[in-house]
Amino acid sequence: MTTRSISFPLSVSQRIAIGALCLFLGAFLTWGVGMAQDSRMHNAAHDTRHAIGFPCH
Amino acid sequence: MLTRVLLAVLLCGMAAGLAMGAMQHFRLTPLILQAETFEHAEAGHSHGTTISQEPAQESASAEWAPQDGTERTVYTFAASILASAGFAALLAGAALMTGKTISRKSGWLWGLCGFIAMTLAPAAGLAPELPGMPAADLFARQIWWLFTIAATASALWLLAFKREPWAVVLALALVIIPHIIGAPQPTEHESGVPAALASQFVGASLGANAAMWLLIGILLGYVLPKAEAAEAS
Repeated sequence: MTTRSISFPLSVSQRIAIGALCLFLGAFLTWGVGMAQDSRMHNAAHDTRHAIGFPCH
Repeated sequence: MLTRVLLAVLLCGMAAGLAMGAMQHFRLTPLILQAETFEHAEAGHSHGTTISQEPAQESASAEWAPQDGTERTVYTFAASILASAGFAALLAGAALMTGKTISRKSGWLWGLCGFIAMTLAPAAGLAPELPGMPAADLFARQIWWLFTIAATASALWLLAFKREPWAVVLALALVIIPHIIGAPQPTEHESGVPAALASQFVGASLGANAAMWLLIGILLGYVLPKAEAAEAS
């Protein structure tokens, strides 16, 4: 995990844009599968919530 | 636009999620189904005297739920694939935002750190649990869970990328503080689910999650640099 900022193919602003998009999408997916309280979403993802160790019901 | 990088990240996560789904199907779901028989048996002759914090009885509700069998399996696979895609996006997003590379050499380490922050640290306070086990208030647990993940991930970042003594001290504090505060626990641990089944589930869950995270890290290490290069050219 060395820092090699010179060798990045993408510019800093590109990295930040795509990084922010990844974080947002990642948080959205994680929330949807693991934390959303809607009972249909809970029931659909029930076994995965237990398997991944999300706090569940 | 940067769709190639995003697509690469999501595909890495989905592939690892497919593997996670398979591990669940063969090792974890059978334990969940077994626990549910105890949960339902208990609900059948419960007199409401012992368990005050019994989780909501999903079976009793009229809400939609996938049919046991193929439908439930398909939903479980889909949920695992989406969750894993989400984890891959979080890991790649953290690396991209902070200007670090996930390379072929370091991919497994990134995955290991994801496992430590997202699974192992919260599990130290809130062990993966089977249906029918008593637990504290859900919202309190979710808050503690999120806080522990954020603190542990920050600590790992400091340990990996900072060498100054203050960073090491801060990292240790961030790792320890959530566990000094302590995860919300139920008032009693009485449960119809046998302890042997519960401990088997914890071990199998941690193992499967470790494999999923390592796979996410390794795949990102192979794919992400290529996708970045393709995007830039």
